[in-house]
Amino acid sequence: MAPTIRPRSVLPGFGLSLGFTLAYLGLIVLIPLSAAFLKIAGMSWHDFVAAVASPRVVASYRLSFGVSLAAALVNAFFGFIVAWVLVRYTFPGRRIVDALVDLPFALPTAVAGIALTAIYAKNGWVGQWLDPLWVRGVGRLAAFVPWIDWKSWLGGTIAFDRPGIFIALTFIGLPFVVRTLQPVLIELEPELEEAAATLGANRWQTMTRVILPEVFPAMLTGFALAFARAIGEYGSVVFIAGNQPAHSEITPLIIITKLEQYDYRGATAVAVVMLVASFFLLFAINLLQKWSRRFSAV
Amino acid sequence: MEPPLFRRLTVSAVTTAPFPVKRAPTRAAGPRVVRNPVWVRVLFMTLALGFVGIFLVLPLVAVFGEALRKGLGAYFKAFADSDARSAIRLTLTAAAIAVPSNLAFGIAASWCIAKFNFRGKSLLTTLIDLPFAVSPVISGLIYVLVFGAQGWLGPYLGAGDHPCFGEWFNQQDIKIIFAVPGIVLATIFVTFPFVARELIPLMQAQGSDEEYAALTLGANGWQTFWHVTLPNIKWGLFYGVILCNARAMGEFGAVSVVSGHIRGETNTMPLHIEILYNEYNFVAAFAVSSLLAMLGLVTLVLKSFIEWRHQRVRPANVTA
Amino acid sequence: MSIAVQNIRKTFGAFTALDGVDLNVKSGQLVALLGPSGSGKTTLLRIIAGLEYADPGSGRISFHGEDVTDVPAGRRKVGFVFQHYALFRHMTVCENIAFGLKVRSRRERPSKSEIADRVAKLLKLVQLEQLGGRYPSQLSGGQRQRIALARALAVEPKVLLLDEPFGALDAKVRKELRRWLRRFQDEINITTVFVTHDQEEALEISDEVVIMNNARVEQVGAPQEVYDRPASPFVYQFLGNVNVLRAQALAHAGPHAPTEAMLEIDGQIYVRPHDIEVLPHLPGASGVVAILRYIHAAGATARLTLEQVPTREPIEVETSRVTLVGLDLKVGDLVNLRLRQSRSFDEDYTI
Repeated sequence: MAPTIRPRSVLPGFGLSLGFTLAYLGLIVLIPLSAAFLKIAGMSWHDFVAAVASPRVVASYRLSFGVSLAAALVNAFFGFIVAWVLVRYTFPGRRIVDALVDLPFALPTAVAGIALTAIYAKNGWVGQWLDPLWVRGVGRLAAFVPWIDWKSWLGGTIAFDRPGIFIALTFIGLPFVVRTLQPVLIELEPELEEAAATLGANRWQTMTRVILPEVFPAMLTGFALAFARAIGEYGSVVFIAGNQPAHSEITPLIIITKLEQYDYRGATAVAVVMLVASFFLLFAINLLQKWSRRFSAV
Repeated sequence: MEPPLFRRLTVSAVTTAPFPVKRAPTRAAGPRVVRNPVWVRVLFMTLALGFVGIFLVLPLVAVFGEALRKGLGAYFKAFADSDARSAIRLTLTAAAIAVPSNLAFGIAASWCIAKFNFRGKSLLTTLIDLPFAVSPVISGLIYVLVFGAQGWLGPYLGAGDHPCFGEWFNQQDIKIIFAVPGIVLATIFVTFPFVARELIPLMQAQGSDEEYAALTLGANGWQTFWHVTLPNIKWGLFYGVILCNARAMGEFGAVSVVSGHIRGETNTMPLHIEILYNEYNFVAAFAVSSLLAMLGLVTLVLKSFIEWRHQRVRPANVTA
Repeated sequence: MSIAVQNIRKTFGAFTALDGVDLNVKSGQLVALLGPSGSGKTTLLRIIAGLEYADPGSGRISFHGEDVTDVPAGRRKVGFVFQHYALFRHMTVCENIAFGLKVRSRRERPSKSEIADRVAKLLKLVQLEQLGGRYPSQLSGGQRQRIALARALAVEPKVLLLDEPFGALDAKVRKELRRWLRRFQDEINITTVFVTHDQEEALEISDEVVIMNNARVEQVGAPQEVYDRPASPFVYQFLGNVNVLRAQALAHAGPHAPTEAMLEIDGQIYVRPHDIEVLPHLPGASGVVAILRYIHAAGATARLTLEQVPTREPIEVETSRVTLVGLDLKVGDLVNLRLRQSRSFDEDYTI
C-alpha cells in the first residue's frame, strides 16, 4: 500500500488531503482491525481450532450462512419485482414507496428487532394468527415426509426461533437488491424491448432473454450485498431469534457470549473467521461490480 | 455493507451532469405499446406492494402502535426517566463527534481520490469501504482488543508507573472501553465510509474543470475549495451527513460491545431500548424507539427531498 | 503579448502527448491549433495556460520574452475558456464574471462598485446585458460560451486561450459565433490561441494555423498557405478533400502526367477534387479516362463520383453546376479528366 507517487497536478492540496486520509484510515480502521489478526497470531493452532470449530460454533456458522442465504434469495426475487414496479409503473404513492425502501438503512437495528418481535410473537399483530398456521404447516410436512426433522429445521414457532431470524434478515437486506437494480433498470432503454418485439419475440421471451440477462449481474451483486450484510447482522436478530445454543444462535452472538465470559481469544478467533469470510465476499462483490459494468461502455 | 444506497443516488439523482447533457431523454411521452400484459402488471404490483407493506410499513406502524398502546401519558412518562434522558444525551454526543470527524475525513478522501491520480488509488478506495464489510459486533471487539484492560494500550491507560510516559500521564486513569470514548470510537468506525462514499463518485462525475477555471482566474487553493468545489458538492455532502447521522444515532451492535451498559452513564438510546425491553417495560422501550424511528423517517424525507430537488434541476439542463 | 513555446514534451504514462513542440505566436494574432483528436493540441494549450506541467527537464514557455514556465496559472495573466465552459453552476452570470476580481487579495481587489462596473461593461461587450441575473443552466450553449469568455476577460488577461470554443454548439450557432469571435478579437486585439479539430473553422477565422498530428507540429502558416501548399500528406488529407491516385494510373494524364521517375516508383499523387477538369470523352485524347458513376448535384457545386478506366480506382471531382449542364452527362458516360494541379510527396517536388 504505497499511494505515494506524487502526481504533477496544478490543483493544490494533494499532500494534505492524502496525508489526512491515510492517517485517519490507519488509526480508525487498519490498526484496530490488525489487532484482531495479531491477537490470534499468539494462539496455538490447537486452541484456534478448538475455538472456531466447536460444535456450538459450527452450528452457528451453518445457521448464519443458511438463513442469510435464504433471506438474500427471497430478497433477490422480491427486490427485482419491487425495483421493476418502481421504475416502470406509475401509481399514486410511488415516491413514498420508493423512499420507504431505504427504511431498513434508516431505522436503527434494535428498533427493527423489537418491532418485528412485536409483530410476529405468538400474541403479536400478525403472529396471533400466522403462528398457529405455521405450526400446523410444519406439522403437516412432518407427517408427509417424516424422515426429515422439520421442526428443528423450520422452527416450532415464528418469533424466538429460526423463522424470526429469517424475517429480520430479509428486512435488513431488501434495500440492497432494489437499490442495485433500480439504476440498471432505469438505464435499460425501452427501445431494447421494442426491438425484441419487432424481431418477433413475445413478452415472456423478451423478459427472459433480453431483460433478465441484462440485469442479472446487478441482481447478483445486490444478492451478494444483502447476503454479506445478513451474515454480520446483530441488532435486529437478537431480539427475535430466541438465541438457543446450537439451534438459533447466530455467529455474531457467539462472539458477544464469548466476550461476556472474558474469552477474548475465543471471541477474536471466531471474529477472524467472520472477517475473512466478509473480506472474501467484499472481493467477490467488487469483481461482480466490474463484471456488471463490462457492457456499459457500449 | 451499505453501498447501493449511495450508488443509486449518484447515478440517478445528485449528479447534475456537466452542462452539455450527453443523453437526451429517450423515453417517449405517451404510454408504451410494448409492455407486459395487464395481469402481469397487476401481479407485480400486488407482490411488490404486499412485500413492502408487510416487511417495511408494518414494523414502522408497530413501533408507534406499541409506544402509544397505553396512551399518551405512559408514552411521555418514558422520557421523564433520568436514565432515558442521559441515554439521549449520550447518543447526541456520540453523533456530534462522529459525524463531523467523518465529514472531515470524507472531504479529504474525496478530494485526493477524485482530483488526483496516484498509485494505489483503487486500493485506497476499497479500504475506505472496509468498515461496511465488518459485522458491527466485530467493530466493537477490535476496539476492546486495542484499548481494553488486556489490550495493546490497556495497561498504559490506567493510572500506574509506566516508564515511557511522564508523571502527569501516569496519574491519569483514562477509561476508553466501557466508557464514552469507546462508544464514540465505535460509532466513528461503523459510520466511517458514509460521507466519503457519497462524495467520491459525485466529485469524479463533476470533473475538475471548474476548479481549473478558478485557478486561471487567480483563486488560491482555499478560495477554489470554498467558492467552487463546496457549493457544487453541498447536496451530496448533506446527503452523506444525514445518513451518517442516522446510523451513528442508531448503532447497536458495535456500541453494545464497548459500552459496559452502565445505566445513566454509558447507555445510548438503542442500548437503553434493549434494557427496557428485557425488563418487559415494553411501552417505554417502544416510546424511546419511536424517537429513533422518527429520526429514521426524517432522514428518509430529507433524502427524498434531495433526490427530488436534483431530478427537478435536470430538465432545465436538458432543454438549455 | 507574444507567446514562445520551446521544445515542450509531455507524456502521460506510456503515451506521448507532446514530442518536443516549438511554437511562436506573434502579439495580437488569432492562432488556431488544428489537429485530429489525440494530436496533443489541447495538452499544448493547457501547458501554455499553466493548467498542466510539461515533463520535467523539457523546454520553456515564455510570454513576451519573459519565462513563465514556473509561474502558476493564476499569475500568468491568461484567460482560459474551457470546452464545456466550466461556468460555476451555483453562481449567477454576474457572479461568474466577477469571480476573478473578488478572489484577489484585499490590496489588489477593485472596490465593489468598480467590480460591478467592469461586469456591466463585459456583459455589454459580449452583448448579453440582460442576462446578468441568470444561472448558467438557464442559458443556451452560445450564451454560456460568451459568458465564459467575459469571465476570462474580466481579469484583463494578456493572452486568451480557448479550448474547442465552438465544439459543443450546433452548426448554425457555431458559424455565427466564430465570426463574432473574429470581429471581437479584431476589436480588443488580444493575442488569442484556440484549439479546434474543425479545419473549416480554423481556415476561416485565424491569422495563422498550427496543424498538429501525433504529438508534433506538422505545419504552421496562414490559412491560404497551408491549404494551397500542404507540407505533408497528412496536412493534405486533413485540410479539405483529396484524391489519392497511383502515379501509374495517371501515365496519360496530359500536361500533368507523372514523370518517368515517378512512374518507376509508382508513387502517390494528391489532387483536390476541384483541381480536376472534366472533358467530353474523345478517344485518343490525352488525359485520364473515367466512367461516371454518380452525380450529387444538390448544393452550389456538383460532386461527381467516377471510376478510372481500366483500374477502377474511384475519383471524386467537384465542378460548377453550369459546367455540368454544359457537359450534358449521364451516369455511365465516359469522360476525360485533366489535372489542373496535383502534388506528390514521394520526391520533394510539385507537378
